[in-house]
Amino acid sequence: MRKTNNIILETAIKVLLFFIVLYSVYIFTAGHYYPGGGFIGGLMTAGAIVLLLITYDIKTVEELLPVNYRILTAIGLLFAISTSAGSLLFDVPFLTHAFGDVQLPILGELSLHTATLFDLGVYFVVVGVTMTIIQTIGEDE
Amino acid sequence: MSFLHLAIVAPLILSIFIPLFYRTFRQIHTGWFVLPLPILLFGYFLTFLPETMSGTSFIKMINWIPSLGINFTAKVDGLGLLFSLLITGIGALVVLYSIYYLAKNKEKLNHFYVYLLLFMAAMLGVVLSDNLIVMYAFWELTSFSSFLLIGYWYERDKSRYGAQKSMLITVFGGLAMLGGIILLYIMTGTFSFTEIMSQANEIFNHSLFVPALLCILLGAFTKSAQFPFYIWLPDAMEAPTPVSAYLHSATMVKAGIYLVARFTPVFGEHILWFWLVSGVGILTMIWGSVFAVKQTDLKAILAFSTVSQLGLIMSLLGVGAAAHHYDFLDENIFTVAVTAAIFHLINHATFKGSLFMAAGIVDHETGTRDIRKLGGLMHFMPITFTISIIGAFSMAGLPPFNGFLSKEMFFTAMVHVTEMDIFNLETWGILFPVLAWIASIFTFIYSMILVFQTFTGKYHSEKFDKKPHEAPIGLLISPIILVSLVIIFGFFPNLLSDSLISPAMSSILPSLLEAGEEFKVHISFWHGPTIELFMTLGVIILGLVLYKTHSRWKKVYKGIPEKLALNRFYDFVLEGLQSVSYKLTNTYMNGSIRSYLVYIFAFFIIILASTLIGKNAFTFSTSNVSSIGVYEVALAILVVLGSICILFAKSRMTSIILLGAVGYTVSLFYVLFRAPDLALTQLVIETISVALFLVCFYHLPKLRKFETRMRFRLINALISVGVGAIVTLIALSAHSSKLFDSISKYYVENTYTEAAGKNMVNVILVDFRGFDTLFEITVLAIASLGIFGMIKLRLNRRKEG
Repeated sequence: MRKTNNIILETAIKVLLFFIVLYSVYIFTAGHYYPGGGFIGGLMTAGAIVLLLITYDIKTVEELLPVNYRILTAIGLLFAISTSAGSLLFDVPFLTHAFGDVQLPILGELSLHTATLFDLGVYFVVVGVTMTIIQTIGEDE
Repeated sequence: MSFLHLAIVAPLILSIFIPLFYRTFRQIHTGWFVLPLPILLFGYFLTFLPETMSGTSFIKMINWIPSLGINFTAKVDGLGLLFSLLITGIGALVVLYSIYYLAKNKEKLNHFYVYLLLFMAAMLGVVLSDNLIVMYAFWELTSFSSFLLIGYWYERDKSRYGAQKSMLITVFGGLAMLGGIILLYIMTGTFSFTEIMSQANEIFNHSLFVPALLCILLGAFTKSAQFPFYIWLPDAMEAPTPVSAYLHSATMVKAGIYLVARFTPVFGEHILWFWLVSGVGILTMIWGSVFAVKQTDLKAILAFSTVSQLGLIMSLLGVGAAAHHYDFLDENIFTVAVTAAIFHLINHATFKGSLFMAAGIVDHETGTRDIRKLGGLMHFMPITFTISIIGAFSMAGLPPFNGFLSKEMFFTAMVHVTEMDIFNLETWGILFPVLAWIASIFTFIYSMILVFQTFTGKYHSEKFDKKPHEAPIGLLISPIILVSLVIIFGFFPNLLSDSLISPAMSSILPSLLEAGEEFKVHISFWHGPTIELFMTLGVIILGLVLYKTHSRWKKVYKGIPEKLALNRFYDFVLEGLQSVSYKLTNTYMNGSIRSYLVYIFAFFIIILASTLIGKNAFTFSTSNVSSIGVYEVALAILVVLGSICILFAKSRMTSIILLGAVGYTVSLFYVLFRAPDLALTQLVIETISVALFLVCFYHLPKLRKFETRMRFRLINALISVGVGAIVTLIALSAHSSKLFDSISKYYVENTYTEAAGKNMVNVILVDFRGFDTLFEITVLAIASLGIFGMIKLRLNRRKEG
């Protein structure tokens, strides 16, 4: 492993990473009203992690983020399928979403939508898939 | 399920138990367990005689697939009963013969009797089914079981060759027959033969009538070994002799005869039927008899003789069908042809069965069937000699045996053909008696060769492996019974005329009978000094002269037959088909993906272009087009330039970068056309894919990594330009002919009210049509797992390590 002094990059990442992740979360949550959504949000998060990979090496990133991305993919698929199938419990067709204003203890009145849970599944899958591909190719000699 | 159905499937049921008997009772020959069944069935079928003699038929039906009109209808009428008696009677004799012929501990008897019983049930099913589909099913079962029986000694090359050949030819004919049956169904709307027959007059002028006729005849000709399909029969002689005696003389080869007789009421009035059936029959007869003289193997002589005799019966049926055109029964001289056909059918079964069994005995006791080695066996095997001589004289048509009577009637029928004034027979009719006469002379010659070259002459002890001796009595019982029948039917032919022949005739020619009427059949030895008698005399005299001088003129055969042998043609076609299809497949399936892509795209162009032109579908209108701005033009130029440059780039790196440039320009297009979600996604995805391309590029092997420009190939250029042009044309026409409005208005109106969202693209993706998204993320997951598996799972490396 070649070792170079990447102090500028490493410092810049520490600041930038925060904004990128924040932006990707924003894109994800705003998806229902503005351009964005689970797909592009997931890609953006993966992009942030890739930036980490470029700055440090694979082992360090694995220590920082001990995530098995294949399991993340599976979790995402589970999210998507369970929100879709959940509607069956209420005697409505598969993939019927529900939404409404809900009174929550701390947050107060909030408009919630089950489509967001579905989108969260998409988000996890996209992160998991992208990172699995990049990680396996990167680790391969 | 009636008793009659049970009788038809009884052999099938028994065949299930054969392996059990074989394993449990090793000491007893398995054939003894089989023998009672055909005898019982024979007795059972005899009980139908009074019924058919009174002109009625017996019908029983069980439902099989009623919704398709396919039911197992069993019908016993004169013709069916005649065949059933032949099948069960000769079946019993053959089983008895096989008990002594096949050794208990050397042969796979369990196989043999299972196949034989399958065959017996199949034949009974063919002749007793009134439903044509059921008949066809049994018909294929006969082909199949005879294939198994011919290949019984499967360790021999010749057996396998013969079995394959007979299978190919008879199944070819069987499928043609199925086609005929379906055509008949289209015309009449029923599979029931009785109903088809009643509609025979209505379908006579139908456009499908002639194709159906040809298809049915093809089935009959292949099964009955007619010209030019007879070639499988001589090769089928590799089967054990009981099989040859049963299948290839008495029963299966007569299935085609049965079919022709059965369909005579439907097709018989057509000119094609007359010419094909009688013409092919007479041709087969003379061809078979001429070639039989050439053979040197006993069973081969018998095989060609069977071919010839089947041709005789076939031509008689053809001539008999002409009786439809002469509507008066009392003076209708052509019904005699049908009488002769049925009579000869019975006679042939008796004498040919006995001759096969005699040949089998000679083979069994001397170890050879070659008539060049055989000779002088008369003193060793007097009983076999007697059997053979009676059978052969009957076959040659000598008095006082039954063959004489049927041959006389055959001549009568053929002479009457010249008196017909239909179908151009005034001019061509004379051929029939002449050919029949010549064929009879050759029949006489080979019959004599068969007996006298085997049993008389000099005995050469050094040519045999063992000392010949008379066969055990068990082997002799069956042929003795058959030759006794030859003599009995010879002296008392009228035993058959009322009981079997007349009912069978009324099945073949029902339209000639008024209600309650029946055919008067009278067969007599002496009908005065007629022309037939002189023809027979001529046959005997000329035949004797030619037989005596046989050794001098048989060299003639060396020149002619080799060129005319159809076996060569068959082998040539079979090998040719194989090598041509092998070469053809090798030419276009060359393993190169490039060529396959060329085929795919070429067909793509051809099919789409011909549809566009054929349907006159190309339209172009500018009514539905929006105005073009500067940015669009600039971006379009960028995309086009980028794409063209990829084609001419020398370095792969340049191509990858250019591809990225095209991708980013496309995302600019999305921006321009107001698709922000698409633009975002396209941008990121393009980045990732370019990165992956670069990874691939970096890992290219050093070997052969010289950078060259893509080579120019005219075909590739033409095809790619063609695909581009055709897709453009179709896109233009599709855009120019909008048939209805888009449904997007619904989404615009309901995105917020129904789904509580303002980003319509996202709402469609996760809500309105979330089902697609569900499986798209599954596709992504599968792709990533695939990559993971491909990279991590290295079985080869693990083995080496």
